[in-house]
Amino acid sequence: MLVIFAGCSQPSNPSNKIILWHWMTDRNDTFLKLAQQYKQETGIEVVVQLFAPSDSYSQKIIAAAQANVLPDIYGILDKKSIVADFIKAGLAADLTDAMEAEGGKWRNSLFDKALADRRFDAGNIYGVKPGIYGVPIDVTNEQMLYNKKLLSKAGIKAPPKTFDEFIKDAQVLKRVGITPFVSGWGELWLLDCFASNYAFNIMGEDKIFATYRGEVKYTDPDWIKVFNVFAQLRDKGVLIDGIVTKGNKYAEQDFALERAAFSFNGSWCVNVYHDMNPNLDYGVFPPPPISEAHPLKIWGDAGSTFVVNAGSPNKDKAIAFLKWLTAQDQQVVLARQTNNLPSNKQAISVISPILGEFAKGMDQSTHPNIWPLNEDPSVAEAFDKGIQDIIIGEKTPQQVAQDVQKVKDSQSLKGNH
Amino acid sequence: MNQKVKAAAIFKDNLQNFCFVLPAFAIFCIFYIYPFYKMINLSFYDWRGIGPMHFIALQNYKELLGDHLWWDSIWHAGYITLIALTFQNALAFALALACDREIRMKRFYRVVFFIPPVLSEVVVGLIWNWILNPELQNGQYIGLLNHLLYSSGFPQLVHNWLGDPKTALTTIAIVNSWKGFGWGFIMLLAGLQTIDKQLYEAAKIDGAGAWKTFTNVTVPMMLPVILVVVILTILGCMQVFVLILALVNEGLVHHTDVPVTRIFSAMQNTNRFGYACALAVNFGFILVCISFMTKRLSDKAKQV
Repeated sequence: MLVIFAGCSQPSNPSNKIILWHWMTDRNDTFLKLAQQYKQETGIEVVVQLFAPSDSYSQKIIAAAQANVLPDIYGILDKKSIVADFIKAGLAADLTDAMEAEGGKWRNSLFDKALADRRFDAGNIYGVKPGIYGVPIDVTNEQMLYNKKLLSKAGIKAPPKTFDEFIKDAQVLKRVGITPFVSGWGELWLLDCFASNYAFNIMGEDKIFATYRGEVKYTDPDWIKVFNVFAQLRDKGVLIDGIVTKGNKYAEQDFALERAAFSFNGSWCVNVYHDMNPNLDYGVFPPPPISEAHPLKIWGDAGSTFVVNAGSPNKDKAIAFLKWLTAQDQQVVLARQTNNLPSNKQAISVISPILGEFAKGMDQSTHPNIWPLNEDPSVAEAFDKGIQDIIIGEKTPQQVAQDVQKVKDSQSLKGNH
Repeated sequence: MNQKVKAAAIFKDNLQNFCFVLPAFAIFCIFYIYPFYKMINLSFYDWRGIGPMHFIALQNYKELLGDHLWWDSIWHAGYITLIALTFQNALAFALALACDREIRMKRFYRVVFFIPPVLSEVVVGLIWNWILNPELQNGQYIGLLNHLLYSSGFPQLVHNWLGDPKTALTTIAIVNSWKGFGWGFIMLLAGLQTIDKQLYEAAKIDGAGAWKTFTNVTVPMMLPVILVVVILTILGCMQVFVLILALVNEGLVHHTDVPVTRIFSAMQNTNRFGYACALAVNFGFILVCISFMTKRLSDKAKQV
């Protein structure tokens, strides 16, 4: 029994062993190889421990935080408000000094938008001491994909530039028996991401944040227009059957096996499609805007970010390892072997052309983690489920807007802004 | 003096017994009693899983009473359970009766019927996702069910089984029954094999037909096993979770929500650990009540 309890306590003495927990099955082998290389170079052993899938990993991290048994390096796969709770509980170290050393050499080597994911600015709403609390090891963004062969079969020469063109192309594809669009909208975050792109395009960020603050209602005509995007997609038969229960893995399979011409997915898909169908000929384009009122923004940020346990006796060694892991040479290895966008700017030159197309989107990217405030999770759930309701034809955009506003009002009464 | 020695011996004996029980008792307390206590305790707090906890007394329970999504999810689980209690267990009993007779290849059937329950729910989800796939590719249905319906001359029956609110829950209930009937089959078959064959011979001599023998010999003798199967079916089906996740991911709006998915959603999507614990306590209480009610009903049935 004592042995069990002894095993549960956090080591308090510094050692030449760093423990790293992660959830990335596809990157585990590369992490292990890099850890081996690091040991040869420095004599410090990095024990890489994989806990997948990501849902289970998230629960493990929360449980480990409660029991104070977090490893030296780990990732927090959660909303920024939860990251803030980790920081306030003294479980994530402020890396600003290390980032700013030597004239900000480390910070400058990384994509600023990736760093923003775990950066807390002065006066942040979470009450966290300003600083950088995470190290991005790659970056990601979510965009539209098109199958070149299927588009050409339907006589479509280029991907659509506007939403109307997209709908027209979808009609043409349907006429020749090709399913126009697939995405894993059984996973609410992906649906939320697509809806958010159009919310930015239709009303701009000020109005979105005003809605989150409760100053604009979801029954506002602009929000109805956002919901209408999905009503149009449904009415014009653009969406693959069963899209609202489709997991992203199945959607990726559909696109890789050329069962649909367009898809909406994240940059990690390059690796996935390569494994499923190495001959797949496809391209990337941002979701076609529906309005000229505001720029359409896509979601993009640090794909995977590691934090250093502030209570770790090996804190400095952990920081040194992450600095090494995000240096150009190691980032090149990661980018080549895992087909992900590197977080180091200098490593971007080695990526494949298709990843290069994804990389172009980083300029117009945004992400909930870098917004000044986020919507209440209960309202967000009602919003996403409401969109599913529209897609399956159970509710109109107006009905969904009213439902979401009702949840918003009830949350506001509880004081959850 | 003699009494003192006797008392010391009793004390030593008790201490020894206590020492033997202590490890099991400690494990029980640490891994069962404490988490149970902690869950009840957390249900009185507003807590996001980490950071400060705010005591809110019965607020979570008050909210739960008005949470129609929660009560809908209980109804959904009840519906899945009802299908399992009737369709799944009737099928299991029928097959167990068939395999209890001297039929050819009965060992083969036993193995075949026991395959679905030993498969992981994720695997079952994958298999049925393929069977129920509603997509049409180059004029052919990808899903086996729709393909069979179409090619056998019933195109009007082709359907998006998991994507239509009218059929999604029933489809899940049927897949769940397919997955679960093997357990009932094995238990009922084991029960049937314990019935003394002389009882059947006596019934035959008394002129009882097949139906009379079934209702007056088989069913009464099987009641304890049937009760166990019923309770396990109820407890198992009310807690269905992985299969739903594997079939419809985060759900078809709220039409396929069951209590465990709501509890999971409260924890994972909205980070409301206190509320999730209140839901779990409420759900546990409902399950205990159902189990007691089933036991009472069965006791009454035995008396009749």
